[in-house]
Amino acid sequence: MSFKHKHILGIEQLAKEDIQLILDTGDAFKEINSRDIKKVPTLRGKTIINAFFEASTRTRLSFEIAGKRLSADTVNISGSTSSVVKGETLEDTARNIEAMAPDIIVIRHAHSGSSHYLAERVGCSIVNAGDGAHEHPSQALLDLMTIREHKGSIEGLEVAIVGDIAHSRVVRSNIYALSKMGARVRLCGPGTMLPIGIERLGNVEVFTDMHDAIKDVDVVMMLRIQMERQSNIMLPSLREYARFYGLNPINVQLAKPDAIVMHPGPMNRGVEISSVVADGVQNVILDQVENGVAVRMALLYLVSGVESMQT
Amino acid sequence: MAKVETAILDKAGITRAITRISHEILEYNKGCENLALIGIRTGGDHLASLLQASINKIEGVEVSLGTVDITMYRDDLAVRGNLPIGKTEIPFPLDGKRVVLVDDVLYTGRTIRSAMDALMDFGRPSTIQLAVLIDRGHRELPIRADYVGRNVPTAREEDIKVVFNDKQKPVEVLLVKP
Repeated sequence: MSFKHKHILGIEQLAKEDIQLILDTGDAFKEINSRDIKKVPTLRGKTIINAFFEASTRTRLSFEIAGKRLSADTVNISGSTSSVVKGETLEDTARNIEAMAPDIIVIRHAHSGSSHYLAERVGCSIVNAGDGAHEHPSQALLDLMTIREHKGSIEGLEVAIVGDIAHSRVVRSNIYALSKMGARVRLCGPGTMLPIGIERLGNVEVFTDMHDAIKDVDVVMMLRIQMERQSNIMLPSLREYARFYGLNPINVQLAKPDAIVMHPGPMNRGVEISSVVADGVQNVILDQVENGVAVRMALLYLVSGVESMQT
Repeated sequence: MAKVETAILDKAGITRAITRISHEILEYNKGCENLALIGIRTGGDHLASLLQASINKIEGVEVSLGTVDITMYRDDLAVRGNLPIGKTEIPFPLDGKRVVLVDDVLYTGRTIRSAMDALMDFGRPSTIQLAVLIDRGHRELPIRADYVGRNVPTAREEDIKVVFNDKQKPVEVLLVKP
């Protein structure tokens, strides 16, 4: 089967077969990252622009390394040093970039729907690296890849996601991804952070009590409290949040003994996750980061293949 | 219009070819010191495994075995789009090794060119030799095989298929006329 999506805007548009192809391709690319010479000529001559209008360590580096290891010409621009600070609109920015003939634009932006907006207006491929609180498809895919690696298959697993569900694009992408692959998702957070109707997005059950949420789960995924995305009135204090919704060495034992602990990063140590658990044996957080490069290489490869077949 | 398939090599013929190629490899390389077999996916990987077993039977030594997937090194990705990528597994260092690349059918030579580029990214073999089951002619690059199971002159419209069973053993070689 071949991959027919010109853009990666979200997991919502992907079928189960697409996801499996991305994960299998990621496995093949992962091998390159352990070689001495971490480069293959696959995307030689292609130009990839990483346009990050929001702060990022992992995702930005990951996409840049992914592009470079595929021999593509990868260029980064960040919002704070671009003409966006002079008031240039997103559409103008994109059209100007497009005039320089990139093959792929990878975009992270604070507004939900920004990658769809771009995809409707420019001709090259768009890869969503996170749009507002909407989707973060590459994160969900690397999460799936990590779960598959440690658990063998995703079907039938119980996955708990705990944190600021309302403002998390990681959650939405993961709900779609895990539901399509046959897992069951348990969302947990304080009532102020649980959007009404979120269970409609997939195979989801909602909890406000963390002990119920993580009991006997196979995977515990902790989300960061997003201080930059919501006002502090949603929480009485970080300490109270940590007490009721933080993962620590005691409550982590409620999950299955072989459960894995995940976090998309960056972590607020001592808030949503205690350092002991974050650095403990069950955590696969750094595996997630390693798989992130492989999954993004897979996305760039598959998307550029669709593009060339259309020219 | 239905295609006409003729078997040009049966199981016994394939086995004899593999045995002969194993002897030729050992003769030319004066034994199996530093020898490594690397099969090209797909097809060459199964044949490399058979060569390893055959050499083991003759010399009593299990030579190093690896697999290379050349999709990432193809020269036609611009028109072929995104082909599925298989895993490359070379679990030993290549520096100083006498590598024998193994493929099922040698045709234009472009796959072998890609395989050599892939190997160079892993290390510096001391030599690279090529063993193929079938050489069907029509080279487009200056590439030649060192060990050939059978030379089968073909027309460009024809096709050669090496058929494997579900245990990855070659069953027969078919010539497919359009």
